[in-house]
Amino acid sequence: MAYAAPLPISAERPLSIPVREIAPWALFAFTLAAVVVYFVGFEQGTLAIFSSDYMHEFVHDARHLAGLPCH
Amino acid sequence: MRALLLRGMLSGVCAGVLALAFAVVVGEPAINRAIAFEEASAAEHEHATPAADTHDASAEAKPVSRGMQRGVGLAAGLLALGAVFGGIVAIVFAVTRGRLGALSDRGSALLVALLAFCALYLLPFLKYPANPPAASDPGTIEARTAAYAGALALSVAITASAVVLQHWLARQRGAWDATLLATVAGVIAFALVALALPMYSELPEGFPGETLWRFRLASLGTQLVLWLGIGLVFGLLTERAGSPARKEQSQ
Repeated sequence: MAYAAPLPISAERPLSIPVREIAPWALFAFTLAAVVVYFVGFEQGTLAIFSSDYMHEFVHDARHLAGLPCH
Repeated sequence: MRALLLRGMLSGVCAGVLALAFAVVVGEPAINRAIAFEEASAAEHEHATPAADTHDASAEAKPVSRGMQRGVGLAAGLLALGAVFGGIVAIVFAVTRGRLGALSDRGSALLVALLAFCALYLLPFLKYPANPPAASDPGTIEARTAAYAGALALSVAITASAVVLQHWLARQRGAWDATLLATVAGVIAFALVALALPMYSELPEGFPGETLWRFRLASLGTQLVLWLGIGLVFGLLTERAGSPARKEQSQ
């Protein structure tokens, strides 16, 4: 515990970032993640935005390997 | 914070490339064997009954070729997942930094990535393991998707609670005991969830067991490479960039 990593900061534990500053970026990152995971994992699974299954079939192998339910 | 998020997404893309290499070498052979089984049993079906079932009929009119699926499609899917998973790791890293003990940046990046791997993949996988093509009943897709989403949500909630519990216990009992107790509590909580959720055993008769096993190992390996890659690359980049909190505060 006494051997801190040789970081340029002197405090024993790293400085924390105020939550207020993180919040808008968190919203952005989680929205983006939800959209991508939806298109990779759930489009045409139970729900559908596009009428063709192009998106569904395009990421077919990635979805299976990501462990998401499929046919 | 913007730099931190960009670094997370960038390390996710790097990890996605590694996971892609793993998936192509280890995963694709199993997927191809599963599709070969699917086609062979579909052909048998057609001999027995002229009316092919709906899934095989739609397979005839697939808009995307197998070459696309196993190449560009797999790459696009894994890189996109890597980028957003890297973004999530960056956000969680930013929130927990300096709040969960005195880990170095590289250590806590790896810890966050491994916890995310457990919450978003490993725990749901233990209840609903990844299935190759043709190993499930297309008729139950809606129920299976809902069950999987439920397992995923509970797994995330339980993992987050275990981290909070560890943090709380660490003050009284020390880090080692706190980590053990929180882990045991999390495992028991998810075991109860797993017992309560419905089970789907739909493997068609004659499906090769080895293909199933290899596919599941490949799926586990691909996700492990993806998350480990994110944790290690993101930690490295963050450490090289110096203290993000200090930079943020000086801005």
